[in-house]
Amino acid sequence: MGVYRDSRVLAGIAGLAAVGLLIGGAFAGLISEALDDWSGAASAFDSYLFRITRFTLWQALLSTLLSVCPAILVARALARHPVFWGRSFILRLFALPLAVPAIVASLGILALLGRAGIFADALAWLTGEPWQGIYGLSGILVAHVFFNLPLATRFLLHALETVPTDQWRLAAQLGMGPRTTFRLIEWPVMRAALPGVAGLIFMLCITSFTIVLTLGGGPRATTLEVAIYQALRFDFDPARAVALTALQIALTVVVVILLVRAGADMVADANMPVARRRPNMARAPETVFNALVIIAALAFVAGPFVSTIISGVQADLVRLASDPAVHRATLTSLGLAFIAAALSLLLSLSLTMARSAMEHSRNRTASPSFLERLFDTGAGFVLVVPPVVVGAGWFILLIDSGSVFSLAPVMVVTVNAVMAMPFALRAIRPAWDGAAERHDRLCASLGISGFNRLRLIDWPSIRRPAFTAFAFAMALSLGDLGVIALFGSDVVKTLPYLLFERMGSYRTADAAGIALFLGIVCLALMMLVDRTRRSA
Amino acid sequence: MRRQFLSLLALSTALVAVPAAAQDKLTIYTYESFTSEWGPGPVVKKNFEEICNCTVDFVAVADGVALLNRVKLEGKSTSADIVLGLDTNLTHEAKETGLFATHGISLDKVDVPGGWSDDTFVPFDYGYFAIIQDTEAFSTPYKSLKDLVDGYPEQKIVIQDPRTSTPGLGLLLWVKAVYGDKAIEAWENLSSRVLTVTPGWSEAYSLFTSGEAPMVLSYTTSPAYHEINEDSTRYKAMAFEEGHYLQVEVAAATTKGAENPLTKQFLEFMTGPGFQDAIPKTNWMFPAGETSGPLNPAFDRAVKPAKTLAFSPEEIAANRDAWIREWLDVMSR
Amino acid sequence: MSGASIELRNLVFSYDETRMEFDLSVPASSVIAIMGPSGSGKTTLLNLIAGFEKPVSGKVLIDGRDVTGLEPAERPVSMVFQENNLFAHLTVEDNVGLGRSPSLRLTDADRADIAQALAQTGLAGKERRLPSELSGGERQRVALSRVLVRDRPVLLLDEPFASLGPALRREMLALVRQLHFDHGMTILMVTHHPEDAQLIADRIAFIEAGRIVAFEDTTTMFSRAAPDAFRAYIGA
Repeated sequence: MGVYRDSRVLAGIAGLAAVGLLIGGAFAGLISEALDDWSGAASAFDSYLFRITRFTLWQALLSTLLSVCPAILVARALARHPVFWGRSFILRLFALPLAVPAIVASLGILALLGRAGIFADALAWLTGEPWQGIYGLSGILVAHVFFNLPLATRFLLHALETVPTDQWRLAAQLGMGPRTTFRLIEWPVMRAALPGVAGLIFMLCITSFTIVLTLGGGPRATTLEVAIYQALRFDFDPARAVALTALQIALTVVVVILLVRAGADMVADANMPVARRRPNMARAPETVFNALVIIAALAFVAGPFVSTIISGVQADLVRLASDPAVHRATLTSLGLAFIAAALSLLLSLSLTMARSAMEHSRNRTASPSFLERLFDTGAGFVLVVPPVVVGAGWFILLIDSGSVFSLAPVMVVTVNAVMAMPFALRAIRPAWDGAAERHDRLCASLGISGFNRLRLIDWPSIRRPAFTAFAFAMALSLGDLGVIALFGSDVVKTLPYLLFERMGSYRTADAAGIALFLGIVCLALMMLVDRTRRSA
Repeated sequence: MRRQFLSLLALSTALVAVPAAAQDKLTIYTYESFTSEWGPGPVVKKNFEEICNCTVDFVAVADGVALLNRVKLEGKSTSADIVLGLDTNLTHEAKETGLFATHGISLDKVDVPGGWSDDTFVPFDYGYFAIIQDTEAFSTPYKSLKDLVDGYPEQKIVIQDPRTSTPGLGLLLWVKAVYGDKAIEAWENLSSRVLTVTPGWSEAYSLFTSGEAPMVLSYTTSPAYHEINEDSTRYKAMAFEEGHYLQVEVAAATTKGAENPLTKQFLEFMTGPGFQDAIPKTNWMFPAGETSGPLNPAFDRAVKPAKTLAFSPEEIAANRDAWIREWLDVMSR
Repeated sequence: MSGASIELRNLVFSYDETRMEFDLSVPASSVIAIMGPSGSGKTTLLNLIAGFEKPVSGKVLIDGRDVTGLEPAERPVSMVFQENNLFAHLTVEDNVGLGRSPSLRLTDADRADIAQALAQTGLAGKERRLPSELSGGERQRVALSRVLVRDRPVLLLDEPFASLGPALRREMLALVRQLHFDHGMTILMVTHHPEDAQLIADRIAFIEAGRIVAFEDTTTMFSRAAPDAFRAYIGA
């Protein structure tokens, strides 16, 4: 039981408790409201629910597959060419989709592939009939791939970068061709990372809402998330919302468990190299192939951005730039996102720390305890709790406290922080575990522990991924809208919120301008973080 | 010296006045687009504060449905004096909660199609749902809902989801009012022309103005926005001979607000020019009360429905779930 | 297997602010210890010979043949690093087998060679183990076994035993000497330990600030005739 006295494990338990409180509190609020009338929960299970559950799973699985498989090629191509002009720009661009509100991305995609899109004529010519846009399952898939292919690429690239430089050299010396290198070096590393990445993307797709409704083409494409939203926002049936959310979580747990089973349990190599330079190993034919892969991915991801820019610059940007409402919203967005990202990083660190401490204190052959599993994959499941559920649940809890207004920003920050955690965890964990493996015994022998260890030993080795995690969390928070539906939003008028407000009052051009502005703010953030990271 | 003294005096009176003003406060719950800088909120607040010597506090939530949910959740402990922004789809349910008080004001100035006699809810604006066409995509408007339903399926329309949006529910009721028991067949035909169904009005209208579809479900007053603010007559509402479905937006006092004298004063003010003049060009709806002058001619050019279609709040409350389910079944095929 | 001569002609390498210039001529089948302060360019020298780094100008000749433009795999060279020589998810046998076929398509003859190489390095019976189940010394033995099945005339050792204890290190050096005796490959070994050099090297190349400042017999280098800089470096 000594492990529970380890301060790192205690920090993890505290972090987990905070997350548990947020989610548990929301459920408690909803359940207390539902106590009077549970009929909604029972009546939720009918043929309609069966239909939407089937569709939810189907679209999420397809989206995951279509995002992850190409990402393997793209990540590999990027890893094989560690230095080329524009590489860091591509990586930054690949962090952007997360920050983009779903409606902006959908409009960007439609501007290309929609009925009146740039490619409509070409597609009409190809299909031999008038192009009707990519509404329906295909539209949902394209949008999901737009959001998740870059994400998967970044995570897989991250995994590839943990391969020691010496091993690439070895591969080169042994004369491994691209296929052998893939089979013996790249695939094993990526395969270890795949269940996590696929699980994350699956969760993001299963909870997709605006994309499903806008591009889905009709109620044929209805997901559980839509039903939960409807139950809370329009029917106000907390019992049904709780039942549907429970179903959504259960389904996700099953799928993620299957994914983890399918993935190999890798014994990580303890030797983590510090060598930065890695020779470019690809030869001419492979370079051409890799270039094509990267260009295709770049075009796919950049396309909607370019169309967002095109419609954005048609707005009266000068007026928008001097609009005090835009200034206020920008400051609010940045402030909230900053705090949320910091909180998210803190929570993720505490969980990562605790997990690795527990792993090292147990017998290697013993299987991880439930708590250790919670630190690991458990926290990821917060993603499938819809923000509207958290918002509504806490609203019910807080309503009698009379401080609902002042608590709205707190809600926004905490929910964003928790929702960003699964991303931050993915970014931090590999580096942390590697560092722990190398330093644990040394630190134990030198008597370095607690905060000293964090400051002197652990932080320097995870500083770079920590900055990445911070940037991800911040980008994610910048694009969020979900939580505040019931709270009243005057206090937290963020950029995406302002965008919707303009869109809702016929000012489509303004909305396009703000979307462009939001993108620029995100890109600037990414560059800033990159610079800080490099000088750190 | 004298000016310094005066400003000092002004400052001290202001300090004394603060507690007094804090008592004279009116809290109004409403939906977001009402209080946005483009909405009627800022003007209404200014005009009312000038005559009441009080402070108006707006609390904005996403939309009318969220508004009702919020009040239901807060119950008797709500801080709202007035709830502004429910529509006739919600008034029956709202009344059932027992949280709203009778208004006790004269409805003489109220002017909505079909008249108004409710003792709890006071209308502040109204509009008719209409299909807007992009005249650059096609020029001949449809003459009836029937023409639209049976028309050329390649010509697409964007509509909103009745599960998540007021106009979406409006179209559902419109079709029901025109087709009655044959509504299912009508939706079967119409579904082949539906390009996509969006969660809310904003998404649908954005798709429409970006050229994705030549038609969208909106209001008869939508063309007035483009005419007044963009000097464009490209977008036109189509007049349907079966008539158009009516949406009336209302406000009501809460039981708590009934004790605040400002509540009644505001509801009366709401039916007059200080409030109503702001409605057309901010909320893009028709005023439901007295205005100080004629509306902008663009509103006169708006489609005048041959017939006003509307179900009673009770009918809607009793059938809404079943009708939505029916719609879902047809549209999911 | 027999050794090949190595010649570096006006080999210039530069990276960021660093600039290095090497001239060296190593006779076939000799054993050379490369010594010098940290950051002086010892590993870079090996990397240039192995082909992991490309020179700005100059030539690398192995066995009289210009290999400057060749890919690492095309050069008659094997290299053993300080760590990370093994792939964690492959068995000992597969890790060695990579030296014969980079795609692990092994014939029965290959497997026999692998078994023999493992026997020679004292690893018989450990074919199915994973690297994580081996000690540090055993992992380097696996790397040496791979060198044997690869059968290249030049072996580059980059501080391969630096993390091993003195007894074990001596044992490993003895193994290297034995392998050299049996196969006669040319060996270049980077080391910080004078005794390593004394144990197996014919000659010592002393590098300082990106240049080879001395290249003499081991006995000369450990006598009073050695250059002052080297004497200072080894603390003599």
